[in-house]
Amino acid sequence: MTHPTEDVFAIEAQGIARRFGARWILRGVSLHVRPGEVVGLLGSNGCGKSTLLRMLATLLKPTAGSAAIYGHDVVKNADEVRRNIGFLAHTPGLYDDLSARENLEFAAEMIGGGHEDIDALIERVNLSHVRHERVRGFSAGMQRRLALGRLMLTKARVLLFDEPYSNLDTDGIRLMNSIISEAARDGGAALVVLHELAPAAGLLDRTVTIRDGRVADPTAALLAEAELAGAVGAVGATGAVVVA
Amino acid sequence: MTRVRSQGGDHWRRIRAIAWKDLTTERRSKAGFNAVVSLGITILVLFGFALGPDAQALRDAAPGALWLAVLFAGVLAFNRSYQVELDTGALEPLLLYPGARWTIFTGKLLANMLFVGLLLVIVVVAGMVLFAVKVPDAWPTVIAVLALGAIGLVTLGTFYASMASRSRAREVLLPLLLFPMLVPVLLAAMQASKALIGADMMLEAGAWIKMLIAYDIIFVLATHLAFEHVIEA
Repeated sequence: MTHPTEDVFAIEAQGIARRFGARWILRGVSLHVRPGEVVGLLGSNGCGKSTLLRMLATLLKPTAGSAAIYGHDVVKNADEVRRNIGFLAHTPGLYDDLSARENLEFAAEMIGGGHEDIDALIERVNLSHVRHERVRGFSAGMQRRLALGRLMLTKARVLLFDEPYSNLDTDGIRLMNSIISEAARDGGAALVVLHELAPAAGLLDRTVTIRDGRVADPTAALLAEAELAGAVGAVGATGAVVVA
Repeated sequence: MTRVRSQGGDHWRRIRAIAWKDLTTERRSKAGFNAVVSLGITILVLFGFALGPDAQALRDAAPGALWLAVLFAGVLAFNRSYQVELDTGALEPLLLYPGARWTIFTGKLLANMLFVGLLLVIVVVAGMVLFAVKVPDAWPTVIAVLALGAIGLVTLGTFYASMASRSRAREVLLPLLLFPMLVPVLLAAMQASKALIGADMMLEAGAWIKMLIAYDIIFVLATHLAFEHVIEA
C-alpha cells in the first residue's frame, strides 16, 4: 500500500459531475476531507450522495471534474485508490451460499491477506456463533455486520459508507461508530452518507449537504442538519437555525 | 524477478479464489447444473426424434447435434456465472478488490470450463448412446477437438455474459451477442468432429483443428484485454 505524504487531502473532489443519459445527477461538487476527519454527507433522496460516493470508490467514472484519494486520481490511478478505500454500500454484497467465514476467506484471498485475522474479525462483529452457517439464513443486520467485517479486512484508510446504520441494532451502531472513529484516529478519514444524524451523534466533525447536484450553501446545510436533528419545528417557528 | 513472481502469485491466488467461489456456490445451489444437463440431453433427444430412425442419418448428424446441445445448455450456464453476483449485489465488492481485473474473468472462465467440461462429457456419452456412434479410433484427437471447441465456446460465453450482465435484458442479449460470434468455432468443431468419427472420411480434420486453435488463441487474448472495459459501468 502506498502512503502519500500526510499534507494531501484524504478525499479531494474538484467540480466532479455525473450525468445519467440526459439527466445531470451531480453538477460540479467540490469537497475536501482532511486525514483524521469524519464528514457526514446529507441531502434529500436522489440528490447524488450515493453517486458521489460511487465515483470516489472508482465504481463510476465522473462525466466531468476530478477526484483523488490521498492524492491518487480515481480515474487514472484507480487501483491505488482501491487499495486505500473501504466502501460499504446499501446492499452487503455477500455470497448467500457461502458461510460467514468462507465469505471472509474469499475476501482475504482477493485482497491478498492471510486468514489469521478472520476469526478475530468475526468475533469483533459478534457473529462467532454463526461463523460456519450460510449467509442465506442471516438477518439484514447480521449481513451488515459481516460486510463490516469484510471491510475491516481491507485495512482501508478512507471509509466511504452509504447509509451504514440501516438494519443495525444499538450494538451494531456502536460497532460501526467505533470502526469509523478508529479509522479517523489512525490518520484515515470517513465520508458517511446519512439520512438521520442521531446514530452518528458525536462522531462527525462536520457535515456537507448536497442540493440540486451541488454542495449547498452553508445556510442550507445548517437547515438540512437542523431538520435531520429534529429541530425543524423550532426553525419554522423562529426563522432561526440552531445547531448544536 | 521477485516482483514478477509475486505478481504472478497474486494473480493465481485471485483466479483460484474466484473459481473456487463460483464452483462452491454452484455445487451448493445444485439447481443450475441439473437444469443445464437436463436441457442438453433434452435437445439431443429432440434431434433424435426430428431425424427419424435412420441409423446412418443419426450418425451423420451426431456432431452437429452434440455441439448445438452444448451451445444451448451452455448459454444457461454462462448466464448463471454472473447471476450470483447480480442477485446479491456482490459484483461491486468484487470490482473493488485491488488488483488486475482480468483475473476475475480468468477465474470465472476456469469455473465455466470445468462446468461445461462436465456437461460435455455427459452430453457426449448420451449422444453416443442415442445416435449409435462407436468410439472412433482417433479418440484422443476427438477429445482434443472437444477441448478446443469448449475453450472457444466458454471463453466467448463468459465474456459476453459479463457484457450482458450490465443489461436488464441479459437473458435475451447474451444469445444475440454470442451466437454470431461463435459460428466459426462451432463450424470448425463440428467439421473436425465429423471427420474424426468417420461420418465423412473425405473431410480433413487437421485444417479445422488448426482453425480452432487459431480462434481459441485470438478469443482468449482479446477477451482478457477487453474485460476491464466491459465490466465497468
